[in-house]
Amino acid sequence: MENFDLTLIDWSRAQFALTALYHWLFVPLTLGITFILAIMETIYYKTGDPEWKKITKFWMTLFGINFAIGVATGIILEFEFGTNWSNYSWFVGDIFGAPLAIEGIMAFFMESTFIAIMFFGWNKVSKGFHLTATWLTAIGSNLSALWILVANGWMQNPVGMQFNPDTARNEMVDFFEVLFNPAAVNKFLHTIFSSYILAAIFVVGISAWFLLKKKEILFAKRSIVVAAIFGLIFSVMTIFTGDESAREISKSQPMKFASMEGLYHGTTNAPLVAFGILKDAPTIENPEKKDFAFKVEIPGMLSYMANLKFDSFVPGIYDLVHGNVDQGIISYSEKINRGLVARNTLSEYKLALKGNDAVLIDSLRSNFENKEWMEGYFNYFGYSYFSNPHDIIPNVPITFYSFHIMVILGGYFMALFIIVLFFVMKDTLAGKRWLLWIALWTMPLGYLASESGWIIAEMGRQPWVIQDLMPTMTAVSNIDSNSVIITFWLFFAVFTALLIAEIKIMLKQIKIGPNEGGH
Amino acid sequence: MFETLDYSILQHYWYAINALLGALLVFLLFVQGGQTLIYTVAKSELEKKMLINTLGRKWEFTFTTLVTFGGAFFASFPLFYSTSFGGAYWVWMIILFAFIVQAVSYQYRSKPNNFLGQKTYELFLIFNGVIATVFLGTAVATFFTGSGFHIDDMNRTFWDSPFRGLELALDFTRYATFINLSLGLAVFFLSRVLANLYFLNTIDHLEINQRAHKSLFNNAIPFLVFFLFFLVNILLIDGFAVNPDTKEVFMEPNKYLHNLLQMPIVLILFLLGVVMVLMGILRAYFVPKKCSSKGIWISGIGTVFTVFGLLLIAGYNNTAYYPSYSDLQSSITIFNSSSSKYTLVAMSYVSLMVPFVLAYIVYAWRAVNNKKIDAAEMNEESHTY
Ligand code: HDD
Ligand code: HEM
Ligand code: HEM
Repeated sequence: MENFDLTLIDWSRAQFALTALYHWLFVPLTLGITFILAIMETIYYKTGDPEWKKITKFWMTLFGINFAIGVATGIILEFEFGTNWSNYSWFVGDIFGAPLAIEGIMAFFMESTFIAIMFFGWNKVSKGFHLTATWLTAIGSNLSALWILVANGWMQNPVGMQFNPDTARNEMVDFFEVLFNPAAVNKFLHTIFSSYILAAIFVVGISAWFLLKKKEILFAKRSIVVAAIFGLIFSVMTIFTGDESAREISKSQPMKFASMEGLYHGTTNAPLVAFGILKDAPTIENPEKKDFAFKVEIPGMLSYMANLKFDSFVPGIYDLVHGNVDQGIISYSEKINRGLVARNTLSEYKLALKGNDAVLIDSLRSNFENKEWMEGYFNYFGYSYFSNPHDIIPNVPITFYSFHIMVILGGYFMALFIIVLFFVMKDTLAGKRWLLWIALWTMPLGYLASESGWIIAEMGRQPWVIQDLMPTMTAVSNIDSNSVIITFWLFFAVFTALLIAEIKIMLKQIKIGPNEGGH
Repeated sequence: MFETLDYSILQHYWYAINALLGALLVFLLFVQGGQTLIYTVAKSELEKKMLINTLGRKWEFTFTTLVTFGGAFFASFPLFYSTSFGGAYWVWMIILFAFIVQAVSYQYRSKPNNFLGQKTYELFLIFNGVIATVFLGTAVATFFTGSGFHIDDMNRTFWDSPFRGLELALDFTRYATFINLSLGLAVFFLSRVLANLYFLNTIDHLEINQRAHKSLFNNAIPFLVFFLFFLVNILLIDGFAVNPDTKEVFMEPNKYLHNLLQMPIVLILFLLGVVMVLMGILRAYFVPKKCSSKGIWISGIGTVFTVFGLLLIAGYNNTAYYPSYSDLQSSITIFNSSSSKYTLVAMSYVSLMVPFVLAYIVYAWRAVNNKKIDAAEMNEESHTY
């Protein structure tokens, strides 16, 4: 069991990351633009103004192009748990599979049924029914986000389950605990709200281009008003929920939290690095090095973020690895030892089962039913797979930079929406060419912020696939690494070709503009 | 209410739901069958457009059913999910690639500046149509003929063949390969039969209807040949039986025949299904004026019954539904592969939503299909593929 095929693990991770990052290029736009469409169509429904129908249809066409490739990249993620992470799938299917199944039954069918009406129903169903279908498409797509994020949240903060030594896996004991897991709730809200920002940036950016070209002025102005208000509201919400997420992480994933801030030595009154460049970064072997080439700090802010108290203690990477007696933090070596106790107990239990030794079976079994023993030992099960505590640290620079890029961009997007709305109100936006150019070029930044979020969430929790219970390396399927390398490159080629096609088709449709609409 | 049920009843219930999803999927593969006909049933560009558009309004259902089928199996029988997907890696990867390229093809095919060219997207559709039907059918056949794998006591899967599942369709030194392929090909031709019936139901165009009518017959014959070959074989072969007391797996002669006879309801369902499939085809062929547009429903529902029945005889009545021929005791049964009772109960509550889902699907289907597609619509409608 300890002989892990590193090539296989690395390529499997690379493949998952590649396909997930591709899927995530298309999902946030879907999540947000469907609501923007629904709002636009509602205005059309209320006013009867055909201009609004034209506006709705134009954005709907772009949505359709994006949606198709979102679906194409989604199917593979669902099955990859089985194909590439089969040990993981078996271990947690009991819990993790449920949200995935519910997603299919509840969300995907809703989305795909009503999307057909949305696209083909204009002349076939009543106006009211069409509008309902548009809203249901938006709700359906956001519901699908809910369930997949419940699943992901559970991996970050496993709750609502109990270990069953007979099947040697975790089994669900409380569905609602899984559903209302604080990690899942925060994640869901933060993810959908941030996706609304991305969609708003998309609509504002493209409309700005029309204004720059002095084409379709009314269409562009109206689109901007809807999208910028939508974007501003959710910029604020995103910052709130992001802050909540951070607080949640400081409890359930303190190592991720410390890495996000590049914090090696824990302190009270910990400052928040608002902006910084890591240089000659300290390593765990050499933590005394100078860590930042340059940084701007907000004193006490990090402590406040974590605990809502400026003078509270925030543990650094060093404290977590080596322990900190004053703060009651157990070192990783100790966790490894405790994890080994748990794992050995499980092996003894299995042997006892084979030997049919009733007394031994009962006495070993009682451990797994004892809450204190479970918390004291079993909760560190996953640590038993590591021998070197230094292997249990994520990539700090990547986590640090992704976090800071995301947060800085979050502030910037909010400012941009405010400025745009300011000029919209004065009705001078069309003349502010510099601002229109900025809006146009902000589009890629929306994607950058969104992808960075997932990089923090996923890279920052390495080497865990399920926090503290299952290391990534034990989750992988037993396949020869060459097969995975081949599929990696196949995905790379196919997805890249499709992405190019998607972008080219989009650009063409934008050039054609709303008038000729559709195809 | 579900809490009071026996664990074993819940396991049977969930196996039945998955079987039903599988059966619906095979029916919905008419979309794939139709994709393989775009160059034969259509001759002109406009005719092709009509075929693609009528299929394009339904492809999402097939796709979503596949996804839900995967999710439901994951949740209810995780050991099957991890063993089959992680084991027969290449089979599933090829199927998945076929669906990836399908998903974009409808939207992108006729859009200007689509980078790969219209022809490529049409080839994607054909690729999807052939691979999805043949491979899914072949994979289902392995529920009866088995695969080569073993599972260790940590529940990790080890697949025997480096071809990762492809050997089940390509290793002609084993007789079982012919059985597997015969079901794959039967599903392929059945999907084309159903597609023709669907065209007759939804398209108002003389030449297309004539060609679909002819193609219906041309595909029904090979379908029958392959299906009969498969059926006769599985009724004769030894099946993977489970001893209900010791849970030991052993080979039982004519196991699947016994299952049919010992479960009369399944037998009736299965026979009814086969009769309906045939009836839908025959009536549409011989009485085209009156019956051609109902065929898709009669044969379609018949397909659901038949496949549902087949999957039940693979898993019910103490049978291992995902057997291993190289290590009998690694075979997967509904007992050793399911989720915990708690999860099955929770999921059962979720399954109560299925009727509502079906209801709005039917409603939406009718709303979109209430008028047949004709040439005029292709030119007027702003959203076409
Ligand atoms: C439902 C669960 C789930 C969800 C919604 C996501 N991921 Fe994830 N991700 C995993 C479950 C997972 C995983 C299966 O648990 C992986 C595989 C190996 C690992 O450590 O975690 C993983 C790995 C993983 C890695 C590789 C980490 C590493 O190299 O250590 C990256 C970069 C991402 N994911 C990125 C994403 C992005 C951009 C997502 C947005 C769609 C995303 N993940 C959604
Ligand atoms: C690893 C995790 C994920 C899996 C297994 C997955 C699976 C899928 C699948 C199978 C589809 C196609 C559904 C169809 O048949 O229509 C899909 C599409 C979609 N997924 Fe994901 N997905 C994942 C991550 C996410 C995340 C994190 C979100 C949102 C927060 C999301 C939101 C969506 C949405 C909105 C769609 C609709 C189509 C589109 O992308 O435009 N998915 N996903
Ligand atoms: C400005 C303030 C922001 C803060 C304080 C913030 C905070 C966070 C934190 C702490 C996480 C990690 C959650 C985890 O690991 O579980 C996260 C994830 C994420 N962020 Fe942000 N964020 C902000 C802005 C943004 C913006 C502007 C976007 C995109 C437009 C965005 C998109 C995401 C995404 C997609 C994730 C991954 C999903 C998740 O884990 O919740 N965030 N954010």
